[in-house]
Parts: sequence; C-alpha cells; structure tokens
Amino acid sequence: MRRGQIILFNCLAMIAAGLFLWLAKDTFDGYKIQILNLIAINIILALSLNLIYGFTGLFSLGHAGFMAIGAYVCSILIMTPDQKDMLFILEPAYDWVQNAQAPFLAAVIAGGLAAALAGIIVGYPLLRLGDDYLGIATLGFAEIVRVLANNFPRLTNGALGFKGIPDYANLWWNFGWCLVTLYVIVRLLQSNTGNVLKAIRDDEAAARAMGVNVFRYKLLSFTVGAFFAGVGGALLASLLTTIDPKMFLFTLTFNILMIVVAGGLGSLSGTVMAGIGITVLLEWLRVVENPVDLFGFELPGVPGMRMVVFSLALIIIILFRREGLMGMRELSWQSVARVFSRGKA
Amino acid sequence: MNSAMFIQHMLNSLTLGSLYALVAIGYTMVYGILRLINFAHSEMFMLGAYFVFWGITLGQLPWPVAMALAIAVTASLGVLVDQVAYRPLRDAPRISALISSIGVSFFLQNVAIVFFQAIPREVYRPQWLEDPIITHGVRILPLTLFVPFLSLLFMLVLLWIVYRTKAGLGMRAISKDIETSYLMGVPVNRIIALTFGIGTALAAASGIMWALRYPQLQPMMGTIPGFKAFIAAVFGGIGSIPGAVIGGLALGFIEIMTVAFFPDLAGYRDAFAFVLLIMVLMFKPTGLMGERLEDKV
Amino acid sequence: MADDIILATDDVTMRFGGLAAVTDFSIAVKRGSIAGLIGPNGAGKTTCFNMITGFYKPTEGRILYEGREVTGLAPHKVCKAGIARTFQNIRLFGNETVLENVMIGRHLRQKTGWLQAVLFTPAYLREDKAMRSHCLELLDAVGLADLADDKANSLAYGAQRRLEIARALATDPGFLLLDEPAAGMNPHESQDLMGFVRTIRDDFNLTILLIEHDMKVVMGICEHIWVLDYGVTIAQGNPEAIRRDPKVILAYLGEEALDHA
Repeated sequence: MRRGQIILFNCLAMIAAGLFLWLAKDTFDGYKIQILNLIAINIILALSLNLIYGFTGLFSLGHAGFMAIGAYVCSILIMTPDQKDMLFILEPAYDWVQNAQAPFLAAVIAGGLAAALAGIIVGYPLLRLGDDYLGIATLGFAEIVRVLANNFPRLTNGALGFKGIPDYANLWWNFGWCLVTLYVIVRLLQSNTGNVLKAIRDDEAAARAMGVNVFRYKLLSFTVGAFFAGVGGALLASLLTTIDPKMFLFTLTFNILMIVVAGGLGSLSGTVMAGIGITVLLEWLRVVENPVDLFGFELPGVPGMRMVVFSLALIIIILFRREGLMGMRELSWQSVARVFSRGKA
Repeated sequence: MNSAMFIQHMLNSLTLGSLYALVAIGYTMVYGILRLINFAHSEMFMLGAYFVFWGITLGQLPWPVAMALAIAVTASLGVLVDQVAYRPLRDAPRISALISSIGVSFFLQNVAIVFFQAIPREVYRPQWLEDPIITHGVRILPLTLFVPFLSLLFMLVLLWIVYRTKAGLGMRAISKDIETSYLMGVPVNRIIALTFGIGTALAAASGIMWALRYPQLQPMMGTIPGFKAFIAAVFGGIGSIPGAVIGGLALGFIEIMTVAFFPDLAGYRDAFAFVLLIMVLMFKPTGLMGERLEDKV
Repeated sequence: MADDIILATDDVTMRFGGLAAVTDFSIAVKRGSIAGLIGPNGAGKTTCFNMITGFYKPTEGRILYEGREVTGLAPHKVCKAGIARTFQNIRLFGNETVLENVMIGRHLRQKTGWLQAVLFTPAYLREDKAMRSHCLELLDAVGLADLADDKANSLAYGAQRRLEIARALATDPGFLLLDEPAAGMNPHESQDLMGFVRTIRDDFNLTILLIEHDMKVVMGICEHIWVLDYGVTIAQGNPEAIRRDPKVILAYLGEEALDHA
C-alpha cells in the first residue's frame, strides 16, 4: 500500500471520527457523552503508560502520581481567584496559587510540563533500577505525591481537594488531545529513537554495546510518558470538576495498567481498542453495584463487585492470553485490507 | 521527653517493628525463591484478622482457637493463590507474575468489600492484654509485650525450619538456583507451596496481632502495612530472613520515634517508608544484608 | 605508541572478589590486521572483550584505542569511540525487523532526533532516507538485503550471526570484536565465514579481533594470535608459532598429549 493511500485513509478515519463526535454531541445523553470523554482520557493515559512500559520495558506504577500533578496544576490555573478564595477554607492559599491563572490550553500544557518535570526528577535516581524494583519505587513516588497533597493545604486544600473546577474539558478538547498524544507517540516510535527504545526493552546490554546511552533514552521515554499522564490528569480534573488526594490511589494506575495489558504491551492500536472496551466495561459494571429492579423485586446493589470482576478479568488475561488483544502487532490499513480481500475470496 | 516516655516509645517501636518484620519475612521468602513481589501478601494480613473476627462472632470460638484456625485457613489460601495465579507463570517473563499478583491483591480486597462490607468493625480483645502494668512510673500494656514475644516465637520456629530441616535446605537451594534444584531432585513445587504456606501464616499472625493493637477491621487495612513491610524487606536486603527482621524493626523504630520527636511530621507518617525505600534503592540497592546480583553479559 | 598499533592493553587485570579472571593482559593489535584470542573454555577470553568494550571496569591496567585511553568508559562511549562487538550467544533485538536492528546501530551517527520526526522537518526526512539506504547497503554487504523486513528472531542461525555483524558495522567502527563468529557452523559455512571476515576487513577498513574455538578458522585468517589459559597470556605469535608452541598444546590437551607428541 502506498504512502499516499495511507495518509488518505488516516484523514478519512479522522473525518469519520469527527463526524461521529459532532453527531454524538447533539444526540447522546449526558451519561453517554461522559463515557466518550472518559474513553479519550483513558486512551491518553494508557498510550503514555504503554510508551513507558510496553515499548521501553520500564515497569512503572507511578501514573497516578503524574496524573495528580497534572490535575492539581491545571485546576489551580483555570479556577478564578474568587473561586479559590471560597475554596481554601482550611488555610488561605499561597498568593501565587491564589493569583495564578491561565487559559485552558495553557493550563493543560502546564499540567503536562509539571508532570514531565516530576518525571525527570523521579526518573533520574530511579531509572537505574531493575524492573520490579522500579515498579515498587514509582508506586512509592505516587504515594508520596498523595501524602504531600494531603499535607500542603495552602497549595492543594489538603484532604478536601478542589470542587467546582471549570468544566472546559468537552469532547473536542479530550479527543483533540487524544489525537495529539497518538500522533506524537506514533511519530516518536516510528523514528529511529523508537527503534532504540524497543532495543532497550529487548536487550539492554546489546543496546549499550551498540552505543545506546540507555539511561538517557529511558529518561526520555519516562518523561514523555509523564507529560501525557499529566495532560490526562489535567483533562480528567476539568471533566470531573472535583479532585482530592483519595482520587489518585493505586487503583487509578491499576485501571490504566489493565488497559495496556489487555490491549497488548507494545501495541498502540491494541491500547486504543482496549481503552474503548475497558472504559465501557467499567461503566457497564457499575450496574452490578447499583440496586436492580427485577420483575418488581428489588435486588440490592453489591459495592466492590465491579472491581472483583475487573481484577478477575486481569488475572484471566495474564494467565491465558498474556500478549493481550494485539501482542506487539499493530492494526494497519494493510491488515484491514487483507481481511476484506480474504472475505471476498 | 522523660525516660518513662522513652521506654514507652521503645516498646511501641518494638511492637510495630515486629509486626512489620513478620510480614516482611513472607515477602522476602517468596522473593528469594521466585523473584516475585507478591502484592497479594498484604491481603493475607487483612484476611487473617477477619477470619479471627468471624471465628469469634459467628463460630463462638475461644480467642486462641480462632487465632490458630485463622492462621491455618489463611496459609492454605496463600498456597492456593500461588497454585492458581503464579504457578502457571513460572516460565513467563517475571513481570507477568507480578501483574497477576496485583490482580489477586485487588481481587481479594474487593471480595472482602463484597462479603465483609466496607464498614470498619470492632475487634474483640482478651481482657488480660488490656490491664496495664505500672512499674517505676512506666505504664505498659501487656499487649506491647505480648506481640513482640509471640513474634519472636514465630521467628524462632521459622529459623528452625529454614536452617535445621530438609525442607529448609530445599528452600535455600531453590533460592540459589531453581534450575539446578530441579535437576538435583529437590521437590521444587512442594517446597514453593510450603514457602507460601509459611510466609502467609506469618502475615496472618501479624494481621491478627495488628488488629489487637489497632482494633478496627476494614478491607483495605492490609495495603499500607503491606507496602511498609515490603520496604522493610528491601531495606534489610531482599531474600534475607534476618534482613527482613532487622528491616522491620528499624522501620517500626523510625516511624514511632520520628513522630514522637517531631510531632509536626505526623501527617507524613505514611511517606517515611517510601522515602526510605527510594533512598535505599538509590544508594544501596541490595539492602543491608542482601547479595549482589549481576546481569551477565 | 607506534602509529600502526590501533588497540593496546597494558597489564589489564580483572578480579571478581578474590578471584583473578584475567591477569596482566597485554596485547597490541596492528592496524588493519585480523587477530585472534584463543584458549580453553573459561580462560577469560570473553572477560577481556567485556573489559575492552566497557562492560567491565578493569581492576588494574589501561586500555588504549588510537592512542586514547578508553579504560572504564561506559559501553556506549566505547562504541562511540569506534569499537564495536558481537556476542558469543547472539543478542539481536528479536522483536524488531532486520533493517531496524541495523538502524539501531546507526543511531549513534544520527544528528536529527525524534522531535524533528514529530515536526516532519526537511533535515530529518533527508537524514532518515539516507540512513535507510545506508543500512540497506550494509545488509546487502552481508547478504541479508532480501530479508530486511523480516523479524530478527525469525532468521536462521547463520543469518543471525551475519546480522549481528551488520549491526556492529552500522556504528562505523574502526575496530571490531567478534566473539566466536563460527560457533555452530558446519565446515562449509565456516569456510565462507573466513572469506567474509576478510572482505569486511578490506571493505570497511577495519581491524578485527576475534575469539574462536574453530582452529581451522583461527589459523586460516589470523595474522597474530594470543593464547589465554586461566586468565594468563601463555603464548603469542603467528599461527605457525602458536601451532608448535608446547605450552599451547599442553593447555589445550593436558600433560599426556604432550608426552605422545
């Protein structure tokens, strides 16, 4: 398939997605639109984790920490000074927190940059560690972020968190950022830098022998991943309009890890598909936690059931289909075309 | 701070530290053999405490019987988890089993939320652990002596198993080289099961005593102590049982004393352990007593 | 140091704990030559390679490349200086294609980065194109151009060895270390290999140092040979001298063989 054709198909797919969103905006109810928004944000988060873990082989469990940083920075920047005046009831906000303000786009980018900076600071000492140690240390980082958020009331309003964050993150913003994330990560991975990252994942010693400054490239991947995790957190804050330290528990990272594993470590198209599937599944599973009216009988809801089913699904995937949906393969127009031509034959 | 208070703090450190140590032993044993961070270990801690609670309230069992039974049931559960969720992944990349254990951890936690409900529950404490002994102006709860004593007893039994029995020899052999152990006729799978059984039993015992010390049960109660115990194991040098004990005691001491001397830092209590972890990993990744592992080129 | 010496080691010693794996290892490799490092299993040959390429930092001694000290440099810096290697147990990037493997070796000489890739700058596109064609030429030189889009771990054994060499060549080395290039090859294949090693030496202006157990190969292509036993250099010289050296025969075959000889 020629390059021109691929570009054409990509443009067509984008236009189709745009049309779908435009129709959805006017016809879907609020709940369904919320799910669409969550899909976009989850894809951003999962793509960034897949870059770090699936493509570079860095087992990081710190995503919730980067998201929290992005969420807090963005929220502080988009709330008005009056709003912050009302909000900080434990202790008054620092002056610079009180007065800081930025338009939404700049605020989201600032959230991403803050998270990326945290990525560099954390990555510098930690990326020398082996896989499982790195996991537990980055998990520790995420917990430290949470503890700090609890203990700096003048910056974060402590355990109360923020309420009434302006809800700018609509479908266009979320899917726009989703597209930007996808584009940047695809280009990064298609460039020779992407080959180098995959080389580090496959055989670190051989990569070093080939002249790869392994640490620098790990830090690059980790920082880019952290940036988009921060962006995802920023969008999520504006979508949900409330944040507090409890929101950024390990469960959040777990959900994203689940998407990455289910889609396939090292497959971007797998991540996109799993992002859609798992977000829908998670919302659909809310049903089992709410009381159900069955032929006039009221069945009580079962709290916790959602995560029981969800974690069981992860165990089953890892036991029986470790490579997830796509393994390391990508869905391409060529493979789509092949399926169709096989259908005709 | 006067000396009476200091002694009090010391005893508290010892209690907390020995509870961490018991859990850390389970982490370190499993890691030593399978190179697996068993995230589900902290749920064993929680389940042990719950099983005692149900044994007493539903089963009307006397406290010591409930405790012994709970330890046995939890230990079997630990073995079962290994068989179902980790054993099929022995030949898979190492992180697969780790992800599986994260899955098991969330699964057990939420099963507990479903069946035991998220509301915190009050725990029965035998009266004789509650009546304080007062000598020389120091007020001591028997509990703060009972916990370290019982922990010590468990540890001695463990050391005897590891260093004086044939099964223990097998454990040490497997942790050196699992492939060769297979070839030498060590019953590897039976010994791994035994390791999970023992490790889990200690976690359950720790959870039960934790519930005496902080008498409230809830399904998430294992998470933070579990992490901290793991950190204690890393601090002491993962794979080393004496290291886990020392790491646990040190962590208990650091936590209690920091809060005692710098009350302002109380809010950061849960972060100490993680800061310690990151520092250990940065400066001495093999911990205090650990062996050095190198990537062979 | 004389100009015709490209790589020299000066009393290099490597101890692991108390155990000396290599003692006072001193060699001088002539520019443009093919040299050999032989010795029984466990003699410390790969340890020498690991020290030269920066994977181990020698306990004592110095390593000079082109008159510049490279002792204890990180592997990627050694590679940048111009020393490339292959591994005894082939270590390719198995999930990547044949071409990608070679391009990873080439990244070292690349000037544009991923940000330019994201922005589609003309400089990036130009360099990317040039790099691809250069890497395809390298694959052509080792006879793998037809397999450029296959996954590296799907290649046959001999092809994997050649890919590893192409990948090393992509880093633009002046000095190439080959760790048992003929391992696992039948006599016919190792015959081809000898021609191949000479060709790349000539075509890429290389100096080559190789570890090899196949004596036919070693004696056939090496101009100078060093023999290690228990980490000690027991002999050196041209193939003829080595073949007749009683110490070498002793190290390889034991006391009795010498008696019969």
